Parts: sequence; structure tokens; C-alpha cells
Amino acid sequence: MKMTKLCVLALAAVFMLSTVALAGTLQDVRAKGFIQAGVNGGVFGFSMPDKKGVWKGLDVDTARAIAAAVFGDASKVKYVALTAVQRLPALQSGEIDVLCRNTTQTLTRDTVNGLNFAHVNFYDGQGFLVPKKLGVKSAKELDGATVCVLPGTTTELNAADFFRSHGMKWKPVVIENTSELNKAFFAGRCDVLTSDSSQLAAQRSVSPNPANYVLLPEIISKEPLAPVVRHGDDQWYDVVNWTVMALIQAEELGITSKNVDQMLKSKDPRIKRFLGVTPGLGKALGLDNKWAYNIVKQVGNYGEIFDRNVGPKTKLGLQRGLNALWTKGGLMYAAPFR
Amino acid sequence: MADTTTEKIPFWLDPKKRAILFQIGVFCLVALLAYYLVSNTLTNLKRQHIATGWGFLHKESAFEIGESMIPYSSANTYARALLVGALNTVKVSFIGIVLSVFFGTLIGVARLSSNWLVSKLAGIFIEVMQDIPVLLQLFFWYAIFYETFPSPRQALHPMAGLYLCNRGVAMAFLSPHPAHKYMLLAFLAALVLSYAVYRWARQRQARKGLPFPVFWTSLALIIGLPLAVWLAFGAPMQMDVPKLVGFNFKGGISFSPEFIALLLGLVLYTSAFVAEVVRAGIQSVGKGQTEAAKAIGLKQGQILNLVILPQALRVIIPPLTSQMLNLTKNSSLAVAIGFPDFVSVANTTINQTGQSIEGVALIMAVYLIFSLSTSVFMNWYNKRAALVER
Repeated sequence: MKMTKLCVLALAAVFMLSTVALAGTLQDVRAKGFIQAGVNGGVFGFSMPDKKGVWKGLDVDTARAIAAAVFGDASKVKYVALTAVQRLPALQSGEIDVLCRNTTQTLTRDTVNGLNFAHVNFYDGQGFLVPKKLGVKSAKELDGATVCVLPGTTTELNAADFFRSHGMKWKPVVIENTSELNKAFFAGRCDVLTSDSSQLAAQRSVSPNPANYVLLPEIISKEPLAPVVRHGDDQWYDVVNWTVMALIQAEELGITSKNVDQMLKSKDPRIKRFLGVTPGLGKALGLDNKWAYNIVKQVGNYGEIFDRNVGPKTKLGLQRGLNALWTKGGLMYAAPFR
Repeated sequence: MADTTTEKIPFWLDPKKRAILFQIGVFCLVALLAYYLVSNTLTNLKRQHIATGWGFLHKESAFEIGESMIPYSSANTYARALLVGALNTVKVSFIGIVLSVFFGTLIGVARLSSNWLVSKLAGIFIEVMQDIPVLLQLFFWYAIFYETFPSPRQALHPMAGLYLCNRGVAMAFLSPHPAHKYMLLAFLAALVLSYAVYRWARQRQARKGLPFPVFWTSLALIIGLPLAVWLAFGAPMQMDVPKLVGFNFKGGISFSPEFIALLLGLVLYTSAFVAEVVRAGIQSVGKGQTEAAKAIGLKQGQILNLVILPQALRVIIPPLTSQMLNLTKNSSLAVAIGFPDFVSVANTTINQTGQSIEGVALIMAVYLIFSLSTSVFMNWYNKRAALVER
């Protein structure tokens, strides 16, 4: 099943690579009327369909923001749920226009894999989730443990590095489907589940007994998660990149989905430029002048997205931490909009 | 100058030459298409700066694999990781094929039994197993394993040296002893001897018409020789018993839940098909054959061995081969339940290196090699079976 999909993707790669770069992705997307976004099929808070089948999450909102920027309509997105293994070939072959699937930026992916990473939409780090009754206090006590890990991820490699550098033995259990992997862990197939710590929090929050599991203190890696596009299409890259920055900039300027209409009357030249009251920025991107207004109006600013999906009031209950604005001690920093 | 009477036919009117011409034309077209595809792909990959070529095989894989038949760590190369995957596929396919053929034959024969209950039970087994998709069966067996079995610390302990838990099955096993090497040699010698006895008995029967109990002699040899060696070494009975160390059992031999679930799913699914193949084969031999054999005074065993099987095998082998190939290919569903088979390792490799075209080509090549070698072997066997025809 998975294999067929991969074969099809590879074949598609052969045939489609020729067409991909001929027309720009922006024109392609406009012509077909929607954005094809690759997302994760099942990480609560990042991308997961709710009970009504509506996609929700931080990555989903990033994709919606791109649609709002391009079409002025955040609903014009078609979601393709991809496993970690499928995601990069799907993007390379042109099956999707943008990948918003908690993907870590790495040098290899940015170069030999033929991809470009836009601005980070979530700063994460890899952690370990263990059952409380295991009595483990530190990741350094995990010698000989069985570890559930998603294949084809940076976490798989980081875990190998971590155990190797500490001279510990381990046994990986790799299952491609995220929900199958989590089921196996929560049923006790593994001693440890390792992934980005935000994801671990997400999985724990939807597990049968969240209180029985504990995150170990070690964070063993840097995981800057960002939307990804193909090499060789600068205009589309700019659109995706500046959409993420617009989310951050809106928060910095204090523009929210609720007050954006009043902000149109603001006298602050930065806000005027940002919302297209003073025209110019939209045109430079190949979009209309209302692009940033549409993003904020329909999707919200970065802070709103964070709070709605993963923030302290959600089941995940994550603090802003590294994902706070730079003015508040975090890393979220948008380049100037001028 | 005597001109030949036959008129010279222009080559485009000569059907033979024309056929050759067409063939050349088609070949050129295909070659051109292939060239176009390959060069087009390469240019585009290059334009997008996606790496190509086989250089990645020699790079460090940096990922770990859950179970391996050869020593492997994340410091080894991608090539070795892929070899580990291929060996895992061979392991599960080989054991799966042997078990499927064994159980399939048993169930197929049971289906034909005159005992109502046995025949009906076999029938139900076949219908149920055939009709449930194999992927579903894999999920089912895997879930049974991790949902129902306890953690290692509360492992089930039904008998001495056997532990069942959600990390798999750990069993006591003979500790390594120098005797084992010689027992293996004795076993191989017994195989050779048995074959010699078989040849000799056949020739003797052809010359003098005297039968010889080949089966029992071979059985005695194959069991007796290694046993004799074992006794000669003073019957070493030292067992390597699994012990709970840290998180898991160490020592003895152990099988992971992934492996057991995969094997169970594949064997149950395939043996249902094999059973039907076997039944069809046996039923294809006319009843008159059995009656005729009885009429000339052959015993029950002889009827089966000399009359029915040689004819039934001819019908059984070709579809049986296809079932074996199916099992091998279905083993790639291992990805779903996390057994590190070739596809699983290749998928990870593709993902880490980004070289999908090379990776998928490798997957195709490896399965092609597995399938072709199974076919070659089974075709050889089929030829032998077919030669029995008089």
C-alpha cells in the first residue's frame, strides 16, 4: 500500500519534474483555485481533523494563512495527509504545493533533497515520554530500552546519535503511521516514545491516561519546524515565507483578527503598510494589497493561532517558550515589512 | 548473363524483412522513450539540485534498525542497512513459505477428509482467512500481541524457559557448544547419505523389483546421526535461559511481536490459498486412478506416493509458486506494523537521502530478484514433476 504510493510518487516525479518549474507554483495554484497542502494526519494541535472532519491545528492554520494571502479565502486549501516517509517525495514530485507538516529544517533537506524552508512556525526540541511506573528520571537511564519512533524523521537520527554518544544500547520500534505508533506505545509495546516534545505533549493529551506518563527533562535536539517548498521557485517561496512572517508581524504590531478592521484606520505607517492601506507590499509579492489583512482577518496572528491550538488553555497546555515574540524573550522575529 | 526468373521483391513487400523492420522500429521507439525519460529526469533533478547516483550507499546511515541477522549499528553504511532489511525479508519469507506449504497441505487434505467435522472446520478456516485482507490480519495479530500480553516485568511464564510479554517471546535455547558444529556436519552427511540410499534403492528396484524402505532409512539417518554425535559429546544439555535484565529479557532466543504478527498473518492468509490449491490438485486426479491402483494391489501409502501425488503435483506446483511469490511480496506490508523489512529500511533511506528514484529502483530490483529466484527454483521442480509423465 505504502509502497505503491511511493512508486506512484517516484513515477510522478519522473513525469512531473518537467512541468513543475515551467509555470510558477503561484500561477498553478491560482489556475486550479486551491492550495494543495501536505499535512500530518494525526497530531493534535498541529494538524488533525476534528469530529466534524474539519482540519485544525497550527500547521493547518499556516496553510490557511497562505490561502488567505493568495485567494483572500482561507478555506481554499486541500489537505493531503502524509506520513513522515511520504512527505518529502510528495513535495519533490509536485503532488503538493507546500508542506506544513512539522518538518525540521536541516542542511541535507535544504540542499540535496531539493527543498527550501520558509520561516520557522514552531521551535521545538526532541524529548522522551515514558510511563511513570517505569521509574526513570533521566534519559541517561534508558540503556537497553525499547523506543517507539517514527521512521524517516530527524528524531530517528537524533535518537540514534543520543544513544550512541552515551554508549547505550536501544531497540527501535518504527511504525510509519503516527496513530499506530502511538497506540503501540500507550499499550506498552515500548518503554519510551521519542519525538518533538510538543508532539509528545499532544499525544499524551489524547492518550487514555495522560497522568500516567511523564516527559523526561532532557531535550536532545533543536527542531525548527517550518513550511517547505520546492527548490527553484523563488516567487512561491517568497509568498510562503512572508505569510509566516506576516503572522508574527501582526502579533508584534498588536493586530488581531478582532481589531484588524479598526486597525485599517490606524495612523501608524507600519500598520498602514502592513495592511495595504499604503499600497506596495502585496504587489511586490505578486499578491493583492489586502493579503496581510486577509491573513489576520481570517486566520489571526501568530499568538492567536498558538493559543487556539496548543496554548495554555488547550489540552496540550504548552507555554510560548522559544515561540514567544523576540520582544518577550522568544525567537519569533519577522524581518521588516517595507 | 542468365537473369534469375524470379523477380526481385522490394524489401518492403517481403513479409519477413518487413517484420524485422517493424521490430527494429519499435525497439528504437522504446529506446528513445527510455532515453528521453532518463535524460529528462536527470536534467530536472539537477536543475532542482536534488542529488542523484549511488554514492549515498557508502555514507553512514545514522539510523538504528530494530532487529537484524547480521551485526549492525547506526555507524554502518546505508548499503549495510539495506542488506539487513533484505535479509529480514528473506527470513520472514522463507519461514513463511515453509510453514504455509506445510499447514496449507495439511488443511487442504483435511478439507477432503471424510470426517464431517474435520472437513467443515478446514472449510471454515479457508473461507475466513481467504476473505479477510492480509493487512487487516497483520494489524489484528499485532494488536493482540501488545494489547493482551503483559509488560516484561509481569511476563507470562507458562513453562520453564518460556516467557511471553508485549516485547515478544523469549525462549530458552541450547547454549553454544562445540558439539553443535559437529551435529550440523552429521546432519549434512545424513542428507547426502539419504540421497545415496534413495538412488541405490531406485536402481535396485528397477533391476530386481525389490522395494526398499527409503523413507524410514532416511529418517533414521537424519535423526540418528546428529543424535549419535550429541551423545558422543556426552549429551551437553546446558541451556541459555532468558533473564529479565533492565528493561527486557536477555539470553536465549527471542522473537519480536512485529515478526510474530507478520509471520502469523502471512502464514494463515497464504495457507488458506495453498489449501485450496492442494485440494484442487488432489481432486484433479480421476477417481478411476485410485480404483485402478487398488485393483493391482497397491497399498494406501503407495497409491498416494506413486499414483496420486505425481499427477496432483503437476496441477499443484504452478499455482503454488504463485502463492509463494504472493507471500514474499505481501511481506512488504511489514511497514504497517514496524517490522524492519527491506521496504521499511529502503523507505527510511529514501527519506533521509531524498533519493526516491534510486530507492524505488532498488526496491523493485530486490523484489524482482526474490521472485525470479523463487520462480527459477519452482520451475525446475515443476519440470522434474512433469517428467514423471509416461
